[in-house]
Amino acid sequence: MPEKWTIDGVREAIAAKKVSARELAGEFYKRIESRNAELNAYLALSPERAYAQADQIDALASSGKPLPPLAGVPIAVKDVISTRGVRTTCGSKILENYIPPYDATAVERLEAAGAVILGKTNCDEFAMGSSNENSAYGVVRNPEATDRVPGGSSGGSAAAVAAELAVASLGTDTGGSIRQPGSFCGIPAMMGSYGRVSRYGLIAFASSLDRIGPFATNVKDVAAILQVIAGRDANDSTSTTAVVPNYRAEIDNPVKGLRLGIPKEYFGAGMDGEVRKKIEAGIAIFQKLGCELVDIQMPHTDYAIATYYVIATAEASSNLARYDGVRYGLRVDDPSLLGMYRKTRGLGFGPEVKRRIVLGTYVLSAGYYDAYYLKGQKVRALIARDFRDAFTKVDAIVTPTSPVPAFKLGERTNDPLQMYLADIYTVTGSLAGVPGISVPCGKVCGRLPVGLQVFGPAFGEARVLQLAHAFEQAGGATV
Amino acid sequence: MKISREDVVRVAELAYLDLSEAELEMYRTQIDEILEYIGKLNELDTSKVEPMAQVLADEQTVDATLREDVERLCGTASEILKQAPDPEPPYFRVPKVIER
Repeated sequence: MPEKWTIDGVREAIAAKKVSARELAGEFYKRIESRNAELNAYLALSPERAYAQADQIDALASSGKPLPPLAGVPIAVKDVISTRGVRTTCGSKILENYIPPYDATAVERLEAAGAVILGKTNCDEFAMGSSNENSAYGVVRNPEATDRVPGGSSGGSAAAVAAELAVASLGTDTGGSIRQPGSFCGIPAMMGSYGRVSRYGLIAFASSLDRIGPFATNVKDVAAILQVIAGRDANDSTSTTAVVPNYRAEIDNPVKGLRLGIPKEYFGAGMDGEVRKKIEAGIAIFQKLGCELVDIQMPHTDYAIATYYVIATAEASSNLARYDGVRYGLRVDDPSLLGMYRKTRGLGFGPEVKRRIVLGTYVLSAGYYDAYYLKGQKVRALIARDFRDAFTKVDAIVTPTSPVPAFKLGERTNDPLQMYLADIYTVTGSLAGVPGISVPCGKVCGRLPVGLQVFGPAFGEARVLQLAHAFEQAGGATV
Repeated sequence: MKISREDVVRVAELAYLDLSEAELEMYRTQIDEILEYIGKLNELDTSKVEPMAQVLADEQTVDATLREDVERLCGTASEILKQAPDPEPPYFRVPKVIER
C-alpha cells in the first residue's frame, strides 16, 4: 500500500479494486495507533461510523456504479465541528462528554460525497489559540519537528494530514486557525470566503468570523474538499446563494498575466529573516510564471490584531454564555442557580477561554462599548476597505502566512499578547471576509516549513486555488 | 492603568464566571496590557466610518427576505435530553430559582 494517498488516488484504487475502502480505513487506523500517542492529533476515533461508510463505498464499487468524488477518502474533523454520535469536546473540559445529536452540514456533505470520517482532531479550546497549547487534552506535536507546536487552533487537523494520518481534514479559521497551522506543518490549508461554507453545526466562537475549511497534502485535494462543502445551506442564514464554480475545472488555468499585489505592510518588523527570504523566493516563482507584481498599500494592516481581539472576544463572550450547566456539558453543583452557573463556568473553561470571556464582556459592557466594540467595528470597515481598494488594482494578494516558523512548545504560553501578535498576517483577511490559502513555501533551519498566503477577492476562491496550484506545480514547496 | 481589579470582578460577575484571587490578578495584568495595545485604534479617525458588524452584503444572503414558517419534525428531543446533566424528561432540571 502506498504511503501517500491523494483523493483521486483513493477513488481510482477503490474503483480498480486495488484496495477496498474498509482496508484503507483499517490502514489509517493502524497508522493512528502507531503515531497518535506521540502527536496527540486525534481526540476521538469513530471506527464504527467509518467502517459502515467504507462498506457502503465498497458495495458501490462492487456494483460497478460510478463512485462519488470523495469515495473512501479517510478524513479527520476538528473537534469544534459537530458529528452525530461522536464525542465532540471543542478541546474543553466543559464539553468533555458531549455527544452531538446531529451532524454539521460540512460533515454531512463530506459523507454524502463518499468520505470516511476517521475521528475528531485536537484543537485549542473553543478554537482560541495559535499553538494548540490551549487544549484541555494536551498539546499536539508538529510532525515536522516534534519539539515544536503545530500551530493553532486547528493544530490536530494540520498534524493529522501532515503525518499522513488522514488524507484530508476539516479545520476552522476565525483569525488564522486553518492557514497558520497549515503553514507550520507544511501543507496547503484554505479558508473560503465568509458565507462560502455553511457554519451549521460548527460550535460557535466568533460568528461573524468563523469559517470551516480544508487541509490536504496538495492544492487539488483542497479544491476537491471545498467543492463538496461549499454552497448555500438553509440551516445557516449567512451561507450565501452565490454560485459555486467548478474549482477543479478551473485550477489548471494559466496564471500568466495575473496581477499580484505585494503589500509592504506584511514585510515589516517582527518578521523572521529566513522566512522573509523564502517568501521572496516564492514571489519570484510567481514572477517566473508570468504574473505581474504590483506594490500595494494596505494602510490599516497594523490595526488588525487590536480590531480582531475586540470583535472576536466580544462575540465569544456572547456565544459562550450558552455553557451554563443546564442543557449539556459539565455541571458543578451549587444550591443556587447563579452559583451553579458561576462554578460550572469557572471550573469548566480553561485559562485562555476565561481570559477572552473577561475581555469580551469588558469591551461590550456599559461605558466601554463605544470606545472598544463600536470602534473595533469601524476599524474593521477600514480594513475591509483596504482589501476592496486593493482588488480594484490586483487580482490577488500574496503575503507570508506567519512572521515566524513553528515555535517551540511552551515558548510563548506565558505572554498572551505575544501569542496574539503571531496572527498578524492572517487576521486581516478574516476581518475582511475574503478567501485565503496557505501553501508550503520551502523550509527554514532545514526542517521548519514556511507558508505563503494568497488572498483573493470575496468569492474568488477559484483564482486563489489556481494561483496556489500553479505555485505548487512550479516547485514552491522546495523553494 | 486601563482596568482595575474592581472592573475584573464586575465583568466576571456579568459573565457568571467564578475566578480565584490568583486568576483575578493574572487577568487584570494581562488584560490591562492587551487593552493598552488595543488603545492604538484611537490613532484612527473613524468619525465618518460606518461600523461593520458582518461582511456580507444584503444581496449575498437570503436573510433579507422572510421564509415561510413551515413546521418540521426533528425528533431529537430525547437525544438532546440525554446530554443534560440533570434531565427530568421532558424537562431540564435546575437548582431552585425562586425562594418562597
